[in-house]
Amino acid sequence: MQLIEFTDKGLFCRAGNFYIDPWKPVDYAIITHAHSDHAKWGSKNYLCHTLTKPLLQARLGDNVYETVEWNESKTINGVKVSLHPAGHIIGSSQIRVEYNNEVWVASGDYKVADDGLSGAFEPVKCNAFITESTFGLPIYNWKDQELIFENMRNWILANKALNKASIIIAYSLGKAQRILKALEDFDETIYMHGATYNMHMALINANIPLPKINAERVTPETPKEKLKECIVIAPPGAEGSSWQKKFSPYAVGVCSGWMQVRGNVRRKNVDGAFALSDHADWNGLLQAIKATEAEKVYVTHGYQSVFSRYLNEQGIWSAEVKTEYGEEDEEKVTDEVI
Amino acid sequence: MKEFAELVTFLGASTKTLEKQEALVNYFSLADDRDKVWVIALFSGRRPRRLVNSSLLPQWCIEIRNIPGWLFSECYGSVGDTAETIALLLPEATEQNAQSSLSFYIEKLISLEKENEFIKRDFITACWRSMNKDERFVFNKLLTGNFRIGISQKQMVNALAKTIKLEPSVIAHRISGNWDPATTSFNELLSENTGIVDYSKPYPFYLAYALEENPETLGEANEWQAEWKWDGIRGEIIKRNNQLFVWSRGEELMTEKFPEYAMFQQKLPEGVALDGEIISLTNANALTNKFTILPFALLQTRIGRKNITAKQLKESPVGFIAYDLLEFEGEDFRNKTLDERRTVLEKIIAEVNEPVLRLSPIIPFTNWDELAATRATSREINAEGIMLKRKTSIYQVGRKVGDWWKWKIDPLTIDAVMIYAQKGSGRRSTLYTDYTFAVKDEDRLVPFTKAYSGLTDKEFAQVDNFVKRNALEKFGPVRTVKPELVFEIAFEGIAASNRHKSGVALRFPRIKRWRKDKKADEINTLDDLKKMLEVYGK
Repeated sequence: MQLIEFTDKGLFCRAGNFYIDPWKPVDYAIITHAHSDHAKWGSKNYLCHTLTKPLLQARLGDNVYETVEWNESKTINGVKVSLHPAGHIIGSSQIRVEYNNEVWVASGDYKVADDGLSGAFEPVKCNAFITESTFGLPIYNWKDQELIFENMRNWILANKALNKASIIIAYSLGKAQRILKALEDFDETIYMHGATYNMHMALINANIPLPKINAERVTPETPKEKLKECIVIAPPGAEGSSWQKKFSPYAVGVCSGWMQVRGNVRRKNVDGAFALSDHADWNGLLQAIKATEAEKVYVTHGYQSVFSRYLNEQGIWSAEVKTEYGEEDEEKVTDEVI
Repeated sequence: MKEFAELVTFLGASTKTLEKQEALVNYFSLADDRDKVWVIALFSGRRPRRLVNSSLLPQWCIEIRNIPGWLFSECYGSVGDTAETIALLLPEATEQNAQSSLSFYIEKLISLEKENEFIKRDFITACWRSMNKDERFVFNKLLTGNFRIGISQKQMVNALAKTIKLEPSVIAHRISGNWDPATTSFNELLSENTGIVDYSKPYPFYLAYALEENPETLGEANEWQAEWKWDGIRGEIIKRNNQLFVWSRGEELMTEKFPEYAMFQQKLPEGVALDGEIISLTNANALTNKFTILPFALLQTRIGRKNITAKQLKESPVGFIAYDLLEFEGEDFRNKTLDERRTVLEKIIAEVNEPVLRLSPIIPFTNWDELAATRATSREINAEGIMLKRKTSIYQVGRKVGDWWKWKIDPLTIDAVMIYAQKGSGRRSTLYTDYTFAVKDEDRLVPFTKAYSGLTDKEFAQVDNFVKRNALEKFGPVRTVKPELVFEIAFEGIAASNRHKSGVALRFPRIKRWRKDKKADEINTLDDLKKMLEVYGK
């Protein structure tokens, strides 16, 4: 019997009788991070990192939440469980599970580079490692965050020179906070779409330290003059919607790892493209896997077949696993309160 | 090279025509003359001859990056472009960029043409080491293919017109035809007083917009001339300096491809340019101007072949249906009215008196309703609809609104279910956007066509999501999917084909709409397709 089984409800630890990131309601769910494809509604008990709890509350409402700090152990039905930073978004954690001297790590989503906000990814030694593969192709190599931020600032300045507003498309949880660091120097109000603003305030109310900026929500009452040449952050669902009209003339920039490929930039028809990702790039994935010294690597959401085949050819035992991760709901939030 | 790479990156990403125009104007004002000549050449489809076999670049890239060959293929599958895949895979530049010009690289590449593979590899990989991602992409494009980067030749011509004192139409004419960027200077190409005469130089085609409104919006019927819209290849036949030149719409010189036209070199008067349709036809009669159009599929068997066999010449005889006269006795006729041009055209064709050269018949009509009834019969004679040309119009350059309209017949349609999906290329490289569709044949599904276009980006995203969740098997890049999504497929024609399982080949298949209201068991049958073949495919 594997310590963690891949069932139709999610990753299941039979010995401990708990699930990790289940996509169906269960009795006991350990949550790696608060993105909607990993943290689903309806379970009776949730265990997560202290910083994840307010985010789950904002997204899933009131539930039974139990929290732990990173590297704090907890025993569930005789199985030792601990959380370790995954570097993906605020609170994101890898779940270490130990039983009968066997260690498994479910990493959820992760990135190896430290973004200064999400906690630095911690390599955890284990026998079996469950890894994502969102960007599991060698064409994905991220540039240093500072370089991307520099490009973004230059893009905003160029827009201002043409009297245009800059609409930056970023996931409201994770990316939106990350790019605030790039915008700190502008010393002006950063406008936010309702969805972005709600998440921003949820984080501030939970005392999570964010870059010091003055954020303001865009409402139907916000006078158009105030929005001239402004900087505004909005979720992917707002891109291309009539909500943008308020900012005319404007330019749209998208922050996503997918922007590395020209085809995606052209398909999205955007003015600015920033290959900024909260997932590990190819080398990041390989580096993380090697550091675990795992004998077995299970590859989930992304390029699992390609990445798994490559690992096997490199002498690392690997298998692909089908999960329901990798589909953030945010693309659909177009009509979320403005 | 840096400036050119920036221009290409900008043009590739920009969504606004005006901004693209500005970027081009800006580039043309600053670039040196040699670079400009090459940019004009590249953007009008004249790339230098391929220096290395197309499999060598991926191979070198694979060696440098130290990855297995199949992994390169997977990356290509995701990016959709060899030049870009390589640019993304190569490690960051390790050497200082010497900042050489675009023309330096191209001319260096040409000079290495006769050298062995190792010398070429040394040069190319050294370039890679000193370039950033955008420069590599552009450099690889020079090595591998066309610059299809989202600007039309017309936009480039307009940008040039802003930087030099020539009319856009003059520029368009100058840069068309047979010139070699390696030996042509900017001044030779675009100055008013050039001593070099290019006898082959075609006139740019005047292109029609599709008529979406009721034709009554065009005004009085008697101001318009109606002709059939033929389904062949737009072509221009030129005789100058006692030489014959045949150009296709893609500005490709195709004189040798149509031996049937060779006689025009004798028969046509000196100094003429005819605009018309290259098309397969039979039973042609020079006296009555009667002829029978053969399906486009037959012509297609001849295009793209280097050598045309006697069998093809017999089975797919090609003629030319002339509909306009652009030059007569060496004089540019384009500013005369259609009526004036047509009168002279008729005389020329009568004098040539050969079945191969036909006059595009004028369709008589006195009111729009009458013409609409005639249009409905288009398919019976293998025409695509009707062309409307204002009798007083001059022959313009490119696609212009107002005087020429194509009034096409409604396409044929059939409801089908999607059974395979594959990722697209270029801007659709990470989405499943290329679909194969099937019709029913009792209890089995028979694939009969692929279609690549017709959905909105939003719909493509939804179908892509469906494919990802409902993939049953995979064969290389192809996924078989649960036969569930029904689409209405529109197409312009249907022909018998023994290369397809279904026995039919469609012309211009595309998705007309997503039939969310239909279930997979409500689609059309193979018998329905065969009936269409019976009616329209003969």
